[in-house]
Order: sequence, then C-alpha cells, then structure tokens
Amino acid sequence: MSEAKGKIRILVVDDDAALSEMLQIVLRQEGFETVWCGTGDEALQEFRHARPDLVLLDLMLPGRDGVSVCRDIRAESGVPIVMLTAKSDTSDVVAGLEAGADDYVAKPFKAKELIARIRTRLRRTSGDVGNDVLSIGDLSISVSSHVVKRGDEALPLTPLEFELLLALARRPTHVFTREALLDEVWGYRNAADTRLVNVHVQRLRAKIEKDPEHPEIVITVRGIGYRAGETQH
Amino acid sequence: MKRNTEASQRRPARGLRALWWGSLPLRVLVSTLGLSMVLMTLAGFLLMRQATSGVVETKRQAALNEAANVYAFMQERLRTPELRGAAVHESLSRLADLADAQAAQYRVVIQGPVSSLTSTGIRAESVPAELRARVDEDQGMFITPTRVVFTDATTLPEPGWAIGSALIGETGERYPVFYIFPMTTELQTLRALQGAVIAAGVALVLALGLIAYTITVQIVRPVRKASTTALQLASGQLGERMAVRGTDDLASLATSMNRMAAELQQRIRELETLSTLQQRFVSDVSHELRTPMTTIKMAADVLHDARENFDPVTARSAELMNHEIDRFDLMLADLLEISRFDAGAAVLALDETDVAALVQAEVAANRSVADALGVELRCEKLDEDTTAEVDTRRIRRILRNLITNAIEHSEGRPVHVQVASDANAVAVTVRDHGVGFKAEDAARVFDRFWRADPSRTRIVGGTGLGLAIAMEDARLHSGWLTAWGRPGRGAQFRLTLPRESGHELTSSPLPVIPVDDTGSGVPA
Repeated sequence: MSEAKGKIRILVVDDDAALSEMLQIVLRQEGFETVWCGTGDEALQEFRHARPDLVLLDLMLPGRDGVSVCRDIRAESGVPIVMLTAKSDTSDVVAGLEAGADDYVAKPFKAKELIARIRTRLRRTSGDVGNDVLSIGDLSISVSSHVVKRGDEALPLTPLEFELLLALARRPTHVFTREALLDEVWGYRNAADTRLVNVHVQRLRAKIEKDPEHPEIVITVRGIGYRAGETQH
Repeated sequence: MKRNTEASQRRPARGLRALWWGSLPLRVLVSTLGLSMVLMTLAGFLLMRQATSGVVETKRQAALNEAANVYAFMQERLRTPELRGAAVHESLSRLADLADAQAAQYRVVIQGPVSSLTSTGIRAESVPAELRARVDEDQGMFITPTRVVFTDATTLPEPGWAIGSALIGETGERYPVFYIFPMTTELQTLRALQGAVIAAGVALVLALGLIAYTITVQIVRPVRKASTTALQLASGQLGERMAVRGTDDLASLATSMNRMAAELQQRIRELETLSTLQQRFVSDVSHELRTPMTTIKMAADVLHDARENFDPVTARSAELMNHEIDRFDLMLADLLEISRFDAGAAVLALDETDVAALVQAEVAANRSVADALGVELRCEKLDEDTTAEVDTRRIRRILRNLITNAIEHSEGRPVHVQVASDANAVAVTVRDHGVGFKAEDAARVFDRFWRADPSRTRIVGGTGLGLAIAMEDARLHSGWLTAWGRPGRGAQFRLTLPRESGHELTSSPLPVIPVDDTGSGVPA
C-alpha cells in the first residue's frame, strides 16, 4: 500500500450498470482507482489486463457465474476477493468462499461497510509485534516477507490465509473463538458469519496440513474454536 | 385377587376372539365346515331313509311272490294222492322240511292240528299275534312287518316280513301257515350303504373346507399385498406398485391401487415443484430487490454525507430519505426472511457454540442503545458449560430481537438476561420490568406485526416481524420460545435450545415465570 506505486486499483465485476457506477463513484471518492467489467466471461481477461489490488465480485453474473470467476482468479493469484451477494444465507456464499473469496458483503450494504471491508483486506500486517520469524507446527513463518515454509519448501498462501495462520502462531497457547478470529483477521467487531472462519480454516488446512483430515497445525477445540498446534523442532 | 382370576379367565377368550377376527381364511374355513356338516348330515339322513324304504318295499314284493309260489306248491302237495291217507301232521311236517331247504330265503311256521311246526333257527314268537288272528278269521294272504326272533339267544332279533295264510286240508280243515322273511342281507346292504354315505359325507366336508380355504387364501393374498403396498405408499415409497395379473376383480383392485399411487406421486411432485418454484421466486425477488436497494442506499449515503453543502430543506430531505431507506431496508430483510421460512427454504448451519458467549456479545452490542435510553442491561451466566449445537447467526438474531424488544418495552427499568443449562438444554431468559402484556397475549406476541398497544410508537424502530422471525428460528432448532407477561409487571421471554440438534426437548433449565415476580404491582 505504498503511495509510490500510485493509487490502489479495484476491479468491479458486476452486471448491474447503476450499481457499478455507484460503486465506482464511492470508491473513487475514497481515493481508489476503479476498473469495471460487466460480464463473467470477460472478467478473467480484464483481471489479467488491469492487475488490480482487489476484486469486487458479484456472485450472480451473466455468462460465467461469480463462483467460477472467483475460482479462475484464485487459480492464478492470491489477490483479495470480496464477493457481493444478494443471498447471504444460502449455499451460494459458502460456494463462493470455498472457491477462494476472502470475504463477502451482503446486499444491500452501506458504502461505509463496503469501504471498511475493502480496507481490512488491503491492510498489510507489519512485523512490529514480536519476532519476525515465528513457528507453528513444523512450519516457519517469516512475517515481514510473508513467506511460510515447511523445511525449505515455501507454501503458497493467499494474504488472508497468511494472516489467519499468523494470528494463531502469534499466540500459540491461546484458543481462539471463531468470533475472535473474525475480529482479528476479518476486522468484524461484533456479529458476523462464522462460516468465513470455517471455510478458510478448511482451505488453509488443505494447503498446510500433511493430512487435512487429522490436522496438526490448526487444531479444532470442540465447542470453542481453534488453536495452534504444538511447535515441532 | 378375584379380579386377577377373572382377567386370566377372560384372556384366552379374548385370544380366541382376536384369532377369529384376525384371520379371514380361518373364519371362512370354520363357517364352511360347520354349514356343510349340517347339510351333509341332512342329505345323508334323507338318502338313507329313501334307500331303506325302497329296499324294504322290494323285499316285501319279493317275499309276497315267493310266499304265493310256496303256498301254491304246499297246497297242491297237501292234496296229492301219495300223501292222501297219511296223517296230516306227517304231511305238514314233510312240507315244513321241504321249506326248510330254502332256509336262506325264508322260514316257515305251520300251525298243525296238534302242535306247530317251526323251521330250525327261529322261534314261533316271530309271527305277530295280530297276523295269526287275521289268518284265523279270513281266507287269503296277509303280510305284516315283524321282528324275527332266533332260537340262538346271542343273535339279536332282526326286522323282517311275516306272511300268513291257511292251507286247506282234504277235509276242508285249515292249517295256518306263516312264512318269515328276515331281511338280513338287506340290513347288511343298508349298513354298507350307511357307511359309504358317512365316509363320502366326511370326505366331501373336508374337501369343501379345503376348497373354501384355498379360494379365500387366493383372494386374501392380493388383498394383503394391496394392504402392504398401501402402507409402503403411506411411508413415502411412492414408486411402489402392485403386480396386475388378469382382468378379474383383484386385478382391478391392483389397477386402482396403482392408479391411486400414480396420482399421489403426481400430486406430491406438483407440490414439490411448487415449493421449489416458491423458493426460487423468493430467492429471485431477494436478488432483484436487493441490487437496486444497494444502489439507492449508497446514493443516499453520498447525499447524506454531503448534506452540509445543501440548503436546509434539501439537507433535511436527504436525512429523512437516508433514515427511511434504512428502515425500509430492515423491513425488506425481515420480510424476505419470513418468506424464506414460509417456503421452507431456511436451513440451519450448525456449529458447536458457547451460547453464553453469544448472549454476552449481543448484550455488548446493544449496550449503547440501552445506555441511550437509560436502561440498565445486566447479564448473568448461571452454569459453567453452556455449549450447544446451534446456528450462530440465527441464535444471535433471536437474542438481538429479544434484547431490543426488552429494551424498547422496559420503560427505563433494568433488563436482566440469564443463561443456564442442564444435561440436555441451554436456556436464555430476557426479563424486563416494563409495561408487560396480558396473560392471554402470551402466544400472540409472536404474531407478525402484532402490537400490545397499537397506539404506542416504536422507539428502537423494530419492523414488527422480529419476534415472529425469532420464533421461526427457534423452531428450526427444535427449540422453544415462550413468553410470559403481566400488565405493569413486565415480561419475560425464554429461549430453550437442545444441546444436540434435533434432540426433543422435555424441560428447560430456567422457569418461564420469572422468579422475581412478586405477583403484584411494579417492583421498586
């Protein structure tokens, strides 16, 4: 988020012209640069071309639907994706999250709410708290360089997954409730959807655990939440 | 004790009764056997009577013919020259001997001038006195049934025919002669016939029973199959059908059953389609309304933020618009939620969660509202472990609805939230000491858009659907949501949730009537 690189660019993928224009007005007011794409089919091409810092993605799109667009983008980039959805409690949200979206905003939302979500996802954790190198399970985390390694092998995590792992690694003995993780990683102060945590813990486990069925790094504490696995030396 | 014995006596009777009414083939079998037995007995009886009278009549004719021949022969002999002169007694005796040679067919009793001559084997009593009298009086041949008495005491008397007449001597003197025809062979024939009739009757009755049973079973089997098929249909196996064989009544039963099943399946499919359509409609409406709503909301936000640059009228308009859009938004969300419940489209996302933590979070979230209205908001956790399998979002919504509702109606008095648990359930009570409501309204508070006092204005700005949604959410968890209230003594809402999802609730860890209710007046 350095000023030297110029403005932060946001790709808006939504088929509703009025909403897209309104979104762009608000985002520009907040100092972001915006790119708009109206169909799912062109979204990936537009993404490659514009190289945005964040994607706002509507789940219901003509052509390719939001979930598959999300999966396509995630396949080639860890860029933060925030979904816009009209159906907050259906399986669509879970499908979107499982496809790799970091967060979602349910329509109708307030401009401030959306901006807050975007800013949280653009926030980069600095290594000012404690050590620069942390360990969790048999992994080592280099905070400032955003790299997670098992031995010499680097594990490709998205910024969100990195933050989730980091939050757990920073307080190894602490048991985090889902609400606490929502606060720490997603920036939700109170009521929010714990499915975010569940889905992203599953995605994280799939990348870092040797056997995701029997996790050793992100451990479920029944009835409470999650904690970091024992450090192995 | 007495009752016991009575009961034990009645039990086998009841068992038999149950057996009787429990099996159609048994009923048909027993009825067929009983009725055909009566019928066969009657038929056998008639048959035997007919046969007996026929046999007896034939014997009578034969006996008469035979007797007439023998009589003629005897009469002639008595008058032949060679016998002439011999003592009558002697001639008679010789005749009797001749007759004896025919002993297989008949016996003779001749009343001589001195004594009676009787064939060997029978006794003179075999001739009825009545017949003797008639022969004495009249000329001619007389026949009468008799009982043949044998000299051998071990042989029982047998029925037979006795034919009487008189031989006329040379000099015109009369010698009564009697021919006794025992019906020994006829009796044997009739006995054999009787045996045959009984055997045939028994065989016929048994065969009839068997036939009736077989036919009943043939009819009962498809009926039973129909019954099990109907049960399977009722239990939801709509693909179940009966095999149709032939074109008879049973086949038409099977056809009707199958048609019914097909109709049922069709109806259910239609309903399912309708429900799916409804769900899709709700979802589409939701999407279609929400997108323009988002644009409106954002535009209103922009205008609202820039209102300081407007003239006072435009600025106030922007403010009002912003406020009302928020209200509209809330109402839209609640309406969509309710229609989702109505369509059965609401699903639970269950998680093992500490309910007390949710309560504390909701209490904390509503503290600013409570503070603004000067309401003291207290939260108390009574038990250590308050985890349950719940849908966090829905439970938080229930709690939010109950807490804001309590704050709104508290009239500035404290609101008290309690969480407790037992082995099977977790309960939360939200108690206020405000206006309360009438006891009979306890169920109606959950009605959509219901207001205890229609003239009251809403302070917190609920949509009127909050408690209705809370009730639906509780039901979805197979939980209980109950309300208690008295005018002027406040209200208490209790939410009880099973710790394991789907577990039937039987009791709640917290009472529905608040323990602090003194029964009258407003607490200090």
